[in-house]
Amino acid sequence: MAFKHKHLLEIRSLTLSEINTILSTAESFLEISTREIKKVPTLRGKTIINLFFEPSTRTRGSFELAAKRLSADIINFNQTTSSLAKGESLKDTVLNLEAMSPDALIIRHSCAGAAYFISTFCQSHVINAGDGSHEHPTQALLDALTIRQEKKKIEGLKIVIVGDILHSRVARSNIFLLQKLGAKIVLVGPPALLPEEFKNFGVEIDYSLDRAIEGADAIMMLRIQRERQKGNSFPSIREYRNLYSLTKMRYKKAKKNSIIMHPGPINRGVELSTDLADSAKSVILKQVENGIAVRMAVLYLLLGGKERETAD
Amino acid sequence: MRLLIKNGRVIDPSSGIDETLDILIEKGKIVDIKPKIDANKAKVIDASRLVVAPGFIDMHVHLREPGQEYKETIKTGSLAAAKGGFTTILCMPNTEPVNDNRGVTEYILSQAKKEAVVNIFPVASISRNQEGKELTDMADLLDAGAIAFSDDGQPVQNSHLMRRALEYSKLLDALIIDHCEDKNLSEGGLMHEGHYSYLFGLKGIPDSSEEIMVARDLILAEKADARLHIAHLSVKGAIQLIKQAKKKKIKVSAEATPHHLLLDDSHLETYDTNLKMNPPLRSKEDVQALREAVKEGVVDVIATDHAPHAADEKDVEFDKAPFGINGLETAVSLILDRLVNKNIISLQRFIEMISTKPANILRLKNKGRISIGADADLTILNLYREIIVDINKFKSKSQNTPFHNWKLKGAPAITIVGGKKVYPF
Repeated sequence: MAFKHKHLLEIRSLTLSEINTILSTAESFLEISTREIKKVPTLRGKTIINLFFEPSTRTRGSFELAAKRLSADIINFNQTTSSLAKGESLKDTVLNLEAMSPDALIIRHSCAGAAYFISTFCQSHVINAGDGSHEHPTQALLDALTIRQEKKKIEGLKIVIVGDILHSRVARSNIFLLQKLGAKIVLVGPPALLPEEFKNFGVEIDYSLDRAIEGADAIMMLRIQRERQKGNSFPSIREYRNLYSLTKMRYKKAKKNSIIMHPGPINRGVELSTDLADSAKSVILKQVENGIAVRMAVLYLLLGGKERETAD
Repeated sequence: MRLLIKNGRVIDPSSGIDETLDILIEKGKIVDIKPKIDANKAKVIDASRLVVAPGFIDMHVHLREPGQEYKETIKTGSLAAAKGGFTTILCMPNTEPVNDNRGVTEYILSQAKKEAVVNIFPVASISRNQEGKELTDMADLLDAGAIAFSDDGQPVQNSHLMRRALEYSKLLDALIIDHCEDKNLSEGGLMHEGHYSYLFGLKGIPDSSEEIMVARDLILAEKADARLHIAHLSVKGAIQLIKQAKKKKIKVSAEATPHHLLLDDSHLETYDTNLKMNPPLRSKEDVQALREAVKEGVVDVIATDHAPHAADEKDVEFDKAPFGINGLETAVSLILDRLVNKNIISLQRFIEMISTKPANILRLKNKGRISIGADADLTILNLYREIIVDINKFKSKSQNTPFHNWKLKGAPAITIVGGKKVYPF
């Protein structure tokens, strides 16, 4: 059950047993958040820095609470008030923060590879909280945990991921993770956001949501990133909604009791209709809840896991 | 002063010579070539076990002066060239200011005269300030000493302007060099678009952005009957277009860089900014096609696209790093070790691609050949010497190369420019 990595940068290079270690550790942490006193002393004395160079409320808050529930000290590094605005390089910013002896850095950055880059020169543990269009490992882990809770298994399930696959770090991490766990994955979106080459990852691709949704056990809707749609990837939000919005009519074609997922934030009425988002089939808030346990597990395994201590 | 190079294996692709000969040099020219020359008072270089080739010519170099002297200068770039076995280099016009007028061309040439140890020929821009809007005064620039025209990294997007440039170049018998990239297709791109760009989450530069511009240029060059040189060819589709164009006798030549011949896009896994260049490292299939094109003669020239950048500029997020790698000091050993020693191309073919052909394309009548009366520019190679690429020993001001620590067999031993030994220093 050892978790030997120093950093968590991506899902792709994790083994199945490492993934199961994280997920089962997360399951054991779920209970802590239900206590009246939601705190254990596991990471007391550890210092963690949340380094978010991109706007985020959910992920940043989730990491912060996860750290606090494990009794670590965590500070948030705010992009807008940082020296980056004064022209300091990313490397200098990180080296300056490292001089304050943190144990871990949690990185969110708009450039793919940013967390990897930081890990090449930094002594602390680095956790990737989303790097550009590359990966968002903890999001995929919390998604897997949610599916496992709801469906009791992942192997053999048909999971449909819909939307801007090309730019989605959530999609990438989920493709690698859910595939390792034995799910059948179908990606859905318009061609410009779903290149054929994604088939090389061992998934199916389909341009039609109406077709792909048939028999789905879980449907993961991705946010249409309006800020990334300058390139005419589809003609209009109106047209996108007509083709790819998950509506009650479409949902009927999925398997009975199939679950609806979304990494948030939702564009209500665009990729997902409001009634479905708020329905019993939606596990969106469950995902958020599980996020804390998954992040507690990751922090614990990297920073304080007994396995690590004995391994050292 | 007379210089006698004795007992070297002389290879001159222009005449087909490949035998052990002595070469006598006087006043910067080759004055005699014979199996045995006894020359009194001549300084003697013993070239036994060495290969003596016509001086190597790099058609694609960024010297950064004027304007970005912190990356490279005419002096440091020329030292890097000499160490890398080059006797002549062409410097691209994307300096600050852009080499788009006589003043800048003359400045480069005067600096070169003062400080450079190799021959430097400036390439002037096609359009004013490389803006792709108005042509430069091409006749005046040629008169000032420009050798060819290119907007290089800011290629002319407007097909009408490119048509006019090619037409006007015909009047002057000038060479147009184009970096073929449709900027609409490549906008924001960081690496080759394909499996690996999707895997690493980096925005892709599609092969179509190069293919489309090569196709456009070939059509325009054919209709204008002008001379066109395609810089750093990198994709299979563009290679096929050039192959067809050559069959149709369109006046086109093409170059390939060592990095596009040796590395592919799978290497970007580490987000190493020393693997970021434009055109980007392409797919394995493209690399294979490029090697075939080198073998078949579709590619005429090996050029480095030497693009020095300061360490700080490359020590950043992949998105933010500038494009380009250092090339002058590694090119010859890379090609000798990875292509010649592995019998992908012959030594004669390599010398042809890095000396004879560039001289022909550039109409440098006294260069690129070893014959009586030619300029005494010679590159002497030691095929047996094993080197380890070490950025700390670079003469270039910059160290941005992905080839650090590569073990290579075969290296430049002596570089002679105008009858003068400029390397070893």
